[in-house]
Amino acid sequence: MSVQIEIFLQTLIAGLLLGGLYALIGIGMTLIMGVMKIINLAHGELMMVAMYIAYWLFVLFHIDPYVSVLIATPVMFFMGVAIQKYLINPVMKVESILPENQVILTVGIGMVLSNMATIFFTSDYRSTPVDYASNAFYLSDYWRDSPIELSLSIPWTVSFILAVIITVSLWFFLTKTDTGKSIRATAQDKDAALMMGVNVERMRVVTFGLGAALVGAAGCLFIPIYYLYPALGGKFTLIAFVITILGGLGSTIGAIIGGLILGIFESMTATYVGMGWAPVGRFVIFIAALIFLPGGVAAILRRHKLGK
Amino acid sequence: MLEVRGIDVFYGDVQVIWDLSFSVSEGEVVALIGANGAGKSTTLKTISGILSPRKGTITFNGEDILKIKPYRLIEMGIAHVPEGRRLFVEMTVEENLDMGSLRGTARKERQRNKEMVYSIFPRLKERSRQLAGTLSGGEQQMLAIGRGLMSMPRLIMFDEPSLGLAPILVKEIFAVIENIRKEGVTVLIVEQNVKQTLSVADRAYVLETGKMVLEGTGKELMDNEHVKTAFLGV
Repeated sequence: MSVQIEIFLQTLIAGLLLGGLYALIGIGMTLIMGVMKIINLAHGELMMVAMYIAYWLFVLFHIDPYVSVLIATPVMFFMGVAIQKYLINPVMKVESILPENQVILTVGIGMVLSNMATIFFTSDYRSTPVDYASNAFYLSDYWRDSPIELSLSIPWTVSFILAVIITVSLWFFLTKTDTGKSIRATAQDKDAALMMGVNVERMRVVTFGLGAALVGAAGCLFIPIYYLYPALGGKFTLIAFVITILGGLGSTIGAIIGGLILGIFESMTATYVGMGWAPVGRFVIFIAALIFLPGGVAAILRRHKLGK
Repeated sequence: MLEVRGIDVFYGDVQVIWDLSFSVSEGEVVALIGANGAGKSTTLKTISGILSPRKGTITFNGEDILKIKPYRLIEMGIAHVPEGRRLFVEMTVEENLDMGSLRGTARKERQRNKEMVYSIFPRLKERSRQLAGTLSGGEQQMLAIGRGLMSMPRLIMFDEPSLGLAPILVKEIFAVIENIRKEGVTVLIVEQNVKQTLSVADRAYVLETGKMVLEGTGKELMDNEHVKTAFLGV
């Protein structure tokens, strides 16, 4: 019996740690979705770029991936700004292109990024062999008579804590600063925001930069615990998309909850159904969200808060 | 103060405003009245830069505002309280007020102006931490007006402030508008509630299908036969 509980708790912890990182990826996509009303289908590819930055910094200069967060995040911010300013904004101004079709541009950007990575870095699998990669905390080290044994992988835990710190700082930025409030206002009603003196076009650029920076940070947090190859972006774009649907389009809290749900669900599927079934679990939860929870977690929260 | 000269405005290929001209002087309350679809809201949206005219000029204190970025207009002293309130429904009452004071001196005076708005509408203070979407229609209109006042405007434009409100609230809103004017703020108001509006307006313009058909003082128009049959139901 205690073995069963042990497995369950260990799976839950693994899922929670994974979910924290997923949340960070999802928040970036949902922010962009909220302000620009388009899904950024190059989201995972941006993360892949950040992972290569962290990888090369590690290989060439022996910079720890966690330190690379401080380098890759601003680089990704400016990359996001440039993509929005020089690629997406010009397309958004063309009235004959339906807004739905602007999404296709992001697909193209994603393809270009992943193929460039293949050309420059080959399609080899890579990882950053940090020396703490397989270290872990064990419950029995702290509580000698513990009836069950649980372990916490150090890199997973550090990544999770950093993801939480980034998310909390983002929350402060969005709720306490004028720029943050302007971003939320633009997402809710862009004409009204314009009337209040918000430079809507700049907010779009800043938001895309912010979304790219967040997923870039997630990339640096992922690389000590994951492997890297050019086509990895597509998988994470899909994950971000599922989280965004699950959480509710444009909702930050929804993305956090959606990320945690997905992380835990995938981890449970891997333990109780089989390793290879985790992506299937992802699709099941995606379809289930579309059928049973249109509007996502955000819809429930909204109903609760607005009393409707 | 505000001069609109011969503007033509289009939605796509459809022209909705035809050669419209009017002016608002400092300290006045001017009303634009007309039926649904006459182009009143479109006119206000054009002044705030959300739409741009194909022809004509709009100047504010002699400055050509068509050349100014729309998001800078609020800093120049033009506030727009839009139709349907257009609040940020998933932000709190207080955050909505903050949004009204993003720029210039209004940003520095934010705290003081907030107190001022709360003293005009004490109910907003009680609900300052509530989401704007949870307010009643009347409270939402108060918040929309309050948000407009937060920018310390010299000209405030109201688009259908009485829409969908109970008669007692309509009275309250109009009383507030009178007070705003007494504070020296110029008011441009668009309304379908013609009787109430003409009683507070110094001057009014009547629009029909995007064209100016009549103008005069509030009292003149109140006695005008055309206005009587078309809007006042006399």
